Amino acid sequence: MRGIDDIDRRLLRLMQHDPAASAAKLASQAGLTKASCWRRIERMETNGVITGRSVQIDAKALGYEVEVSLRITLDKTLSNAFDNFIVEARKILEVNEIQTFLGRVDVRLNVLARDMAHYQGIYRTQILSLPHINDIESLMLVANVKSVERLPL
Amino acid sequence: MIDLDDTDRAILRTLQSDGSLNTGAVAKVVGLSQPACWRRIRKLQDARVITGRAIQLNKDALGFGVTVFLGIKLATKGRVSLEDFERAVIAISEVQVVQHVLGLYDYRLKVVARDIADFERVLRRRVMTLPGVGNVEANVLLSEEKRPLLV
Repeated sequence: MRGIDDIDRRLLRLMQHDPAASAAKLASQAGLTKASCWRRIERMETNGVITGRSVQIDAKALGYEVEVSLRITLDKTLSNAFDNFIVEARKILEVNEIQTFLGRVDVRLNVLARDMAHYQGIYRTQILSLPHINDIESLMLVANVKSVERLPL
Repeated sequence: MIDLDDTDRAILRTLQSDGSLNTGAVAKVVGLSQPACWRRIRKLQDARVITGRAIQLNKDALGFGVTVFLGIKLATKGRVSLEDFERAVIAISEVQVVQHVLGLYDYRLKVVARDIADFERVLRRRVMTLPGVGNVEANVLLSEEKRPLLV
């Protein structure tokens, strides 16, 4: 696993819990010198264990009150159904996540809308005109109960 | 909800495209002085538009080869059972996301595991034993693309 040792794992756990922590703070918590802490973080960035940093933005604060998870099954008798579908789904600006699955559901689209009327417009004019759809199930988000994407390292 | 002007939106777009940028770099992109940019980012944080920061890790490189989404239907309903279920489910470290939803299922879960055998262990020992759990559907994630929010 790309030469990850227990100290690296401890560092990653600390960074997951406090992503804004300075190298000095991480070093003291991990029991490292600042220089060796830096080296380890830099190495993990170079070999692709740490792929980046992100800023979390609340969609509701931007005026997106409605969030719907569309679970879609495709007509798989066509060999290029997945590719065609995803190319077209990418063109819908309100779709912020596209996932493909092995299971009863083939593709999931996450759709953000300002309100129900806006959502209805997106659903009727853009989602329903996507190619090769066999069936759609909708799950409407009521609340995010947990959304800390921390790996159990 | 706070009113965002074009500069606030430019800051949010810049930070969405690269969350590792420091205030000075963001200021340069949006054409502000560093102190003015810092004040705006601070305002966006205070207004909970920016809710936090995260580091992104390569799951595969760290040995988490399997991500599964679960749809869970509760067998028993009522306020107490929802609270019991939620309290127990958020304590499972392999469960990264829990969403309360309306529709065919009551909850959506994102679960990470080392491999399918590890997933089976989490499913049998931790998920199927949750209080009130009824029907469970599993879909194994094959690919995922996330796109920035329209700001």
